[in-house]
Amino acid sequence: MMRDQKLWTWHLAAGVVILFLLGLNMTVMHLNVTIPLRGLNPAGGHPIDWANVVARGRSAAFMLSYVILLGAALFHGLYGLRNILFELDPARWLKRTIGVVLLVGGIGLFVLGTWAAIAGFSLARAM
Amino acid sequence: MLAKKNGFPNRLGVWGWLGGGRWGAERYLYTLHRLTGLGLLAYFLLHIFVTSSRALGQTGWEQAMGAVTGSIFKIGEYLVFAAFAFHAINGIRLGIIELGFGVGGPIEPVYPYRTSLDVQRPLAIGVLVLAAVIFVLGTLNFWVLE
Repeated sequence: MMRDQKLWTWHLAAGVVILFLLGLNMTVMHLNVTIPLRGLNPAGGHPIDWANVVARGRSAAFMLSYVILLGAALFHGLYGLRNILFELDPARWLKRTIGVVLLVGGIGLFVLGTWAAIAGFSLARAM
Repeated sequence: MLAKKNGFPNRLGVWGWLGGGRWGAERYLYTLHRLTGLGLLAYFLLHIFVTSSRALGQTGWEQAMGAVTGSIFKIGEYLVFAAFAFHAINGIRLGIIELGFGVGGPIEPVYPYRTSLDVQRPLAIGVLVLAAVIFVLGTLNFWVLE
């Protein structure tokens, strides 16, 4: 299988993961009144209230879902952006630069987000 | 001009997104899918920084949330939700088509010619209806009930 074919397959697979996990995230955050999932906003009030953030943050499953969603969304989004930019037919050196910038940027953001998810989990568990 | 510069007669760059041509309504869904995808990506990259503040404790979290509060941010979040509703449901349509479902079987090219777009149209309409339902639920949540 060619490299881009493999990446495209991963792009679609990441889309399926995002569909479920971001769907859950959007339901918890932005459909909290029309589709209330009380177990995920146990303190009541707004989903971003600190008490709710801590309550969700105590769950290892939630922490893991953050990391999986982070990785899937970064790959899906940045690979999609790469495809759009490549369609504009840039010079070969620019293609290579775009590839490196997106890869390094993506890895950096994944490290930051994963650190935050794990540190938030540890903090919530300690409280 | 762009086609000449790139050396490919059919390659219009981003300008090609604006014209549906013979591809019809699905072409505009494609354009909207790209635009919503780019919008969601831009939001997501900032979202990583903002939500990472929870690792700094309650003060850090509340400071970060305070910095992104206000009517402009609420409208922005609402647009992100709308973009998500469309991009996610249209993504399901694209996945179904990518796997070869919903495009019809091969047919003889008899005039008047039919294309697979004729077969796909109900799927496109279904996508728009489902995205609209999610959009309405979100609108109620954002502006009426919350």
